[in-house]
Amino acid sequence: MKFDLKKIKSYGDCYDGSVQLSFTLPIKCSGKAKEAAKKYVEKMGFKDVMVHYMKDIGENFTFFIVYGKAQHTIDVTKIKVEEAKFKKMDMYKIDDLIKKKIGRKLVVVGACIESDAHSIGIDAIMNMKGFHGNYGLERYKWIKAYNMGAQVPCVELVKKIREVNADIVLVSQVVTQRNIHIKNLTKLVELLEAENLRDKIILICGGPRITHKLALELGYDAGFGPGTVASDVASFFVQKFIEKHEL
Amino acid sequence: MRIDRKKVEACRKEAKKIALKLKEFIDLHSTTTIERSIVRLFGVDGVDKNGIPLPNVVVDHVKSFGGLARGVSYWLGNASIALNKNPQEIAELIAEKKINLSKLKKNDDEEIKKVIDRWADDAIKRIVKVRKERERLIKKLGEGEKPLLYAIVATGNIYHDIIQAKSAVKNGADIIAVIRSTAQSLLDYVPYGATTEGYGGTYATQENFRIMRKALDEVGEEVGRYIRLVNYASGLCMPEISVMGAFERLDIMLNDSMYGILFRDINMKRTFTDQHFSRIVNAVGGIIINTGEDNYLTTSDAIEHAHTVLTSQFINEQLALLSLLPKKQIGLGHAFEINPDIKNGLLYEIAHALLVREIFKEEPIKYMPPTRFMTGNIFKGHAMDTMFNLVSVLTRQHIHLVGILTEAIHTPFMQDRHISLETAKYVMNNARDLAKEIEFKKNGFIERRANKVLDEAYRLLRKISKVGLMRAIEAGIFANIARPIDGGKGLDGVFVKDQDYYNPFLKKFEKAMKNEI
Repeated sequence: MKFDLKKIKSYGDCYDGSVQLSFTLPIKCSGKAKEAAKKYVEKMGFKDVMVHYMKDIGENFTFFIVYGKAQHTIDVTKIKVEEAKFKKMDMYKIDDLIKKKIGRKLVVVGACIESDAHSIGIDAIMNMKGFHGNYGLERYKWIKAYNMGAQVPCVELVKKIREVNADIVLVSQVVTQRNIHIKNLTKLVELLEAENLRDKIILICGGPRITHKLALELGYDAGFGPGTVASDVASFFVQKFIEKHEL
Repeated sequence: MRIDRKKVEACRKEAKKIALKLKEFIDLHSTTTIERSIVRLFGVDGVDKNGIPLPNVVVDHVKSFGGLARGVSYWLGNASIALNKNPQEIAELIAEKKINLSKLKKNDDEEIKKVIDRWADDAIKRIVKVRKERERLIKKLGEGEKPLLYAIVATGNIYHDIIQAKSAVKNGADIIAVIRSTAQSLLDYVPYGATTEGYGGTYATQENFRIMRKALDEVGEEVGRYIRLVNYASGLCMPEISVMGAFERLDIMLNDSMYGILFRDINMKRTFTDQHFSRIVNAVGGIIINTGEDNYLTTSDAIEHAHTVLTSQFINEQLALLSLLPKKQIGLGHAFEINPDIKNGLLYEIAHALLVREIFKEEPIKYMPPTRFMTGNIFKGHAMDTMFNLVSVLTRQHIHLVGILTEAIHTPFMQDRHISLETAKYVMNNARDLAKEIEFKKNGFIERRANKVLDEAYRLLRKISKVGLMRAIEAGIFANIARPIDGGKGLDGVFVKDQDYYNPFLKKFEKAMKNEI
């Protein structure tokens, strides 16, 4: 079947814009609540709205599962997404490239900065074991990786960058309540600039709510979102390093 | 399941050796937060005009004139006789810079001891009263069926937490944990008052404890079962938070002996010293502690490193026993964290979960849901949580942390908790007596796997026992994380006790526990 990319909509078992929604309203579970849920979804622009499930979840809150048919379409041909541009390579090829073109180990420092206590992201990229069968940077022969873990104050990270002469800095941010990640990431960039370090390193951030676009706006060289594995990040920074130093 | 019982006893013996060796170190030391918790036990509360908690003001003051090695009790006791004031009044005078404890007339040591001991007796009476109140309420209201369903709230605002918690209870939760704000573990003071802003959680303050306790008592009356409240006696203020919890009737405290060292880079001398006193307070308060072994598997592989979890459980158990905790208050932790792509992963999970249950029969084991392999696909995640629910009821776990389908996306929404609780209740009711019907095949996969983990744990315990726990952590034995003995945060708060050092609670708590309160 052919779909017109200039106006696509959601597909279920026929091409009708079907969407499933689930949400909670702060009202007592009743016929009135059901109607309110329906109207709420209709106001989003859905048609043929069906409230299939409604449940009292206590304290005068009601949970709904609703289906509706979206009326709008999207022109995919006009969408541009900024993504870090690089050729994906595996660990062996990356090691090989560093060996041949750079001739020394690249020094990478990683940290989850400031108040954020979640080391899960930085660990997935840095730890020997890696994630989803993709080895972490510690396993690379031609990378010297320092994982500082979580809750690393920006000042400490900067100290470390100087101490080990880092080529690449990876920053993870997981907690995003009230945009705390933006504040933390900005703080680091400002500090690096004040210390005249920003231009000497390749600076990369990552996390569940990080996009490449956001990263560029904040003054980073690249940003990686969910599902990123170590070899993605390494492919990027090795190629960027070679390009930057015209090797 | 048949496991090598002799090996279990051998493991306990090695773990006890490790714990006793560490205790020699602990007994020689105290820390700033232990001294602050003593100040709190004497009833000091509140903040100065800059918002600094009075326990910090007092301990910093004593530290400033080099008096800490004697213990803060001595200086407060002496000041009380000299000025005829109680600890709270003395703390306020220090905060107003109206007195200097080192400049007061020195009174007779025995007289000072009498004053301190009287304060200590009052504190113990206060804690025992709270403990009795818990016992009374549980008797009156009853409690949920095991595995008890443990749900977390984490809005950052204590008043929103209440709405979320009450809804969770009405949907079947037996235990409510208020997740702490992400940065709190590294604060060297406990924030004060009711708080409405936190990141990834809500600050642990005594006032927040009080507010949530009241809310859970109310909803507990409504649903007709006692609802347990959980917080975190961890980080740089471990023992102080235990004291606050004992005063405000918290029921469970996350209180691991090594978590802070490994995952928060807190200095190990600090943590080992802190955890000991913190656990003693929990023991007297009748508070169940939860250990954090589940976290190991978030950074290292759940199959390859299963034995490190067991090893740590053995050590945590022995350290807890040395801190006067009875087995029924030692809630050792473990987790369902095997990569879902692994063939027969469920068999491994059953083997590991059952092994913990078989070895620690009296302990209220806490079982943690999958987090590491939760991806944002809420539907697959929900299926993984369902498998976890099944293993939990099948292996008769005690405290069951309900997995939430939106793990890895956001802190739970009210509806997420509802769906997860509903499913957990369904699975557990549906398979309630399955455990009674099942015998595992003799020398089958599950039995062999369990015994292999036990065997590996024994070998690791022997290794640790040879070098000592501190050196072992330095070598990165747990969670693939290495920490240097003199590295990390909080080392400046550790000090060697003088010969004249006095902490009235060490002996008195022991006596209270011996008399079974």
